[in-house]
Amino acid sequence: MTIDRATVQKIANLARIEVPANEEEALASQLNGIFKFIEQLNEVDTKGVTPMTTAAKVKLPYRKDVVSDGGYAADLLANAPDAANDEYFAVPKVIE
Amino acid sequence: MTTQLTHLTIAEALEGLKAKKFSATELTEAHIAAMAKAKPLNAFITETPEIARAQAKASDARYAKGEAGLLDGIPLAIKDLYCTKDVLTTASSHILDGFKPKYESTVTTNLWKAGANMLGKVALDEFAMGSSTTTNYYGNVINPWSKWNGKEFTEKLVPGGSSGGSSAVIAARCAMGATGTDTGGSIRQPASFTGISGIKPTYGRCSRWGIIAFASSLDQAGPMARSVKDCALMLQAMAGHDPKDSTSVDVAVPDWVKKLAPQMKGKRIGIPKEYRVDGIPKEIDDMWMKAAEWLKAAGAEIVEVSLPHTKYAVPTYYIIAPAECSSNLARYDGVKYGLREEVEGGSLADMYKATRRAGFGKEVRRRILVGTYVLSAGYYDAYYTKALCVRAKIAEDFRKVFESVDALLTPTAPSTAFVIGANEDDPVKMYLNDIFTIPASLAGLPCMSVPGGLAADSLPLGLHVIGKPFDEQTVLDVSLALEEAAKFTAMPHFLAA
Repeated sequence: MTIDRATVQKIANLARIEVPANEEEALASQLNGIFKFIEQLNEVDTKGVTPMTTAAKVKLPYRKDVVSDGGYAADLLANAPDAANDEYFAVPKVIE
Repeated sequence: MTTQLTHLTIAEALEGLKAKKFSATELTEAHIAAMAKAKPLNAFITETPEIARAQAKASDARYAKGEAGLLDGIPLAIKDLYCTKDVLTTASSHILDGFKPKYESTVTTNLWKAGANMLGKVALDEFAMGSSTTTNYYGNVINPWSKWNGKEFTEKLVPGGSSGGSSAVIAARCAMGATGTDTGGSIRQPASFTGISGIKPTYGRCSRWGIIAFASSLDQAGPMARSVKDCALMLQAMAGHDPKDSTSVDVAVPDWVKKLAPQMKGKRIGIPKEYRVDGIPKEIDDMWMKAAEWLKAAGAEIVEVSLPHTKYAVPTYYIIAPAECSSNLARYDGVKYGLREEVEGGSLADMYKATRRAGFGKEVRRRILVGTYVLSAGYYDAYYTKALCVRAKIAEDFRKVFESVDALLTPTAPSTAFVIGANEDDPVKMYLNDIFTIPASLAGLPCMSVPGGLAADSLPLGLHVIGKPFDEQTVLDVSLALEEAAKFTAMPHFLAA
């Protein structure tokens, strides 16, 4: 499998990261290097193996379905680059 | 007096404080003065002497009343990945410009409750992704073991990474200890590169709440300091169940410090044969074998063991960690905190793309792209699910081996500290720095690095001890036995005090 310039742009778009055209080539080459290294995993027989999603051998805890936190909009907005009416995060216009 | 204070271990300083040989304020002022002299290291992103002074004053009041906590009066540096209330927290990234959290991480909260004080926030590889602290937005951190002519560094070595600011300030004697975080080796490798100790506890031992996430199934907080006992003291304060982190394990925190003992009689220590990889310098292999002899002399039985999937750990990690990072770092979008790059007449998506382009460094962007790819439609099973299955096999290797041994001994890193700029041309080469540390991370096991001695280049080399889940005690005990045998007293060229 080879990652080409079009694939780089496709991933970059999914990741919402701008990649200028003059960087596509170098990035494709680095990613191919990484994937070539990763592909040695195909040597391992993993038939019937349950994927390991966590190292914590705990049952995820339940808690009462009640509000336990909140009520500090000002704190949440304190670090926002742009906020409106002290109540909302503000973003560039999304609808005409 | 000042010099003496900054050279004490945490345990020695606590004794001095209890005996009223010096006050917490004097101890802290000595470290604040050292911090001012440590500027050439470029280790601190934010210095917080006023916070340290206020906390030290409160410590003195507690000592006067005889109510001192476990770490009362001890000045620490905090890795800038821990959210600290109203104090700039950057993850060493441009994208978190100006971010002052409105909350405090659980682990730092625990440390302040134990009476420790905060000298400042220290640099790391951006979002903890790296082995050199060269991806820090605020510039390279210099390893104090680099040659120093009294005015400037005549060579510049990396302090390891990602907890490179932490390792540098401890080795240079301007903090008694520091918090680190470890995803694939980020506490242990920098400890090895700077001649100090550091432990990554069992996954789930310390709360991750308020620590900026990189790869959540691997990230774990841990202490770094100049002795095994100091690490045990700090870990004791840092660890504990936290309902705010669903992977934090609800088990009691044992009194590791009290039980700490270097006797190895009856202990079986495994030497994993797959760790004797090609291309590892002979002196590292020699140091490893010498360490096995030390443990044998202390009463342990040394046995060769096999962890057959070892060579697949690094490639497995470089699927899982980027996958989780691409998901965790999706939150940096220019809306909620930090940097925003507006695009004239552009859409919301244009703002996201421009912000993430400008805010993330090269390595972080690369890992997000790798992660996005392995999680994307059509590749998810081939890469991500495959990696999770190999991870299961790696963890199973350890489980089997621990049926017959109490701990494993390996080197920490395949080299001593390298020159800044080395390994940068090839990401895979850089990734292989963590060849000995990643397998235990994938399995979530407790593991520790302690200095073993100096290599031929006069730079420190670390020894690595891996233990069973939640058996930090054995990890600390074996590490203490190594510490006592190694008698590591060498000093870096650059000392802040």
